[in-house]
Amino acid sequence: MSSNFDKWKEKKKREAAYTLKSMWKSRVQYAFLAPFAILFIVFYIAPVIISIFFSFTYYNILEPAKFIGLTNYTKLILADDIFLISVQNTFLLAVITGPLGYIMAFLFAWLIHETPKLLRSILVLIFYAPSIAFNMYMIFGTFFSSDAYGWANALLIDWGFINAPILWLTDPKYMMTVIIIVALWMSLGSGFLSFIAGLQTVGVDQYEAGYVDGIKNRWQELWFITLPNMKPMLLFGAVMAIMQSFSFGEVANMLCGNPSTDYKASTVVTHLMDYGSFRFDMGYASAIATILFLAMIFTKKGVNAMLDKVGT
Amino acid sequence: MKLLKKRKPNRSRAGDFAVYIVLALFGWFFVLPLIFAINASLKPLDEIFLFPPRLWVQKPTFDNFADLFVLMGKTWVPFSRYIFNTVFITVVGTLGHIWIASMAAYVLSKYRFPGSRAFFAIVVTALMFAPQVLNIPLYLVMTKLGWVDNVLAIIVPAFAMPMGLFLMKQFMEQIPDVLIEAAKVDGAKEARIYFQIIMPLVKPASLTLAIFSIIRLWNERASNFIYAEELKTLPYALQQIISGGSIARAGVGAAVSMFIMVFPLLFFIFAQSNVIETMASSGIKE
Repeated sequence: MSSNFDKWKEKKKREAAYTLKSMWKSRVQYAFLAPFAILFIVFYIAPVIISIFFSFTYYNILEPAKFIGLTNYTKLILADDIFLISVQNTFLLAVITGPLGYIMAFLFAWLIHETPKLLRSILVLIFYAPSIAFNMYMIFGTFFSSDAYGWANALLIDWGFINAPILWLTDPKYMMTVIIIVALWMSLGSGFLSFIAGLQTVGVDQYEAGYVDGIKNRWQELWFITLPNMKPMLLFGAVMAIMQSFSFGEVANMLCGNPSTDYKASTVVTHLMDYGSFRFDMGYASAIATILFLAMIFTKKGVNAMLDKVGT
Repeated sequence: MKLLKKRKPNRSRAGDFAVYIVLALFGWFFVLPLIFAINASLKPLDEIFLFPPRLWVQKPTFDNFADLFVLMGKTWVPFSRYIFNTVFITVVGTLGHIWIASMAAYVLSKYRFPGSRAFFAIVVTALMFAPQVLNIPLYLVMTKLGWVDNVLAIIVPAFAMPMGLFLMKQFMEQIPDVLIEAAKVDGAKEARIYFQIIMPLVKPASLTLAIFSIIRLWNERASNFIYAEELKTLPYALQQIISGGSIARAGVGAAVSMFIMVFPLLFFIFAQSNVIETMASSGIKE
């Protein structure tokens, strides 16, 4: 028994010595990695860990953090009505703009790929432009402005559909619709570029083999040849779509204000900003952020499983 | 081969027609706000408040841009200061990002060492961390570092954007190892290989990192860790002008938005083919 344990200890020691040796041998590589690694840990990993840590505390920056266990989480789920609205809205946004934006990104990339080359690069520019100039979403503020100078109102009044201007950005009935339109407008991001590029890498020989094997139309070609070849890009696009659709907040904030009317346009991210930047309840804000992280990671796992079924 | 002569055999004419119809319809949806902005910036005041509104400008004028320059001299913080801040953040942030990310990407793509694969796996997960979600805990980090009200708070985190490392590493994987080995045989040190062999080969990826970094930093509103007015940026100024709401400023607001939109768009047009080349290796393999 003890000899076994000694052997095991011996083995571990040898392994550790080996690891240390290969680490020393790779010291130049570590030096190359170090600047990025240090900044990445300080500004991307540490905040996540800090966020998880403070989510179990009451912390207002001025006083030292007080450990309060799961209180933040129970309060969020059981007692915070606005959080429930935010979750509903975020869920609605994620369910609509996530998959729809993702499918749109692929669909347009695919359609653009069907066009001749010169036209293709112009179309890529047109469809990707909203992501480049994303601050332009503020134009939608003018577009849906509540006075008669707002385009939506002006046109609807002029065409005789309505008599009085609609308060697009302050009436709870319309706020989410406007936000979803803007979200879709912004949804063709780096995933879209990845799809465009990925489509060009699928080899012509595969398509030729497909013709010989009796693929009849572009839909069959898409499902049996194109999509299976693009799984890595599809996964990348999914990660980007999840990131974008779950963290949608800034736009709601800018267009509808924070707080919006009756908090009806509140999303998890605006709720987080509310507690973090205005009420300085960092513990509570951290709990919200932690829940959001978990939701994103679970969604990615689900998407992985779904992508495994593509082309079968 | 006769099979593939002109048209792909499994494409119907009606289908091709439908492709163009769909693209034309949705193309409008995506480009309309930008056309709207361009036209608004060229409209004289009486056209901006025309009822019913017209999309296309009737009597184009550069008055709004002239007004913008007048305004530049009059604001409490000189307007040129906003421009300088945005340009400074974008240039320094982007160059630093390309440099730091490509150094890390080089060793991660060409070497295996303890922790290298785990580190990259974490970076891939971090692609999902949205800046908005990180902002609150990041604020605590910035307070500890004493970087609140300091441009470093915007520039330095941008150096380590996970997306840049990810794209650069995926792109570098395609560089044949033989090139590096040959250089080593000739006695080149790692630093020399990185500067003289790797960097010239990954120019498309560098331009791609640049465009993503420019898009993010040029649009940076500096609203999170920056409170001093003289450190604010151009998009912040735009937001002030638009939400300031005074009618006389509506044209100037459009002019500023043109200003913000044009530079990243031009850079994208310039770099587009490189971006597509780089994105071809952007897939995530399980």
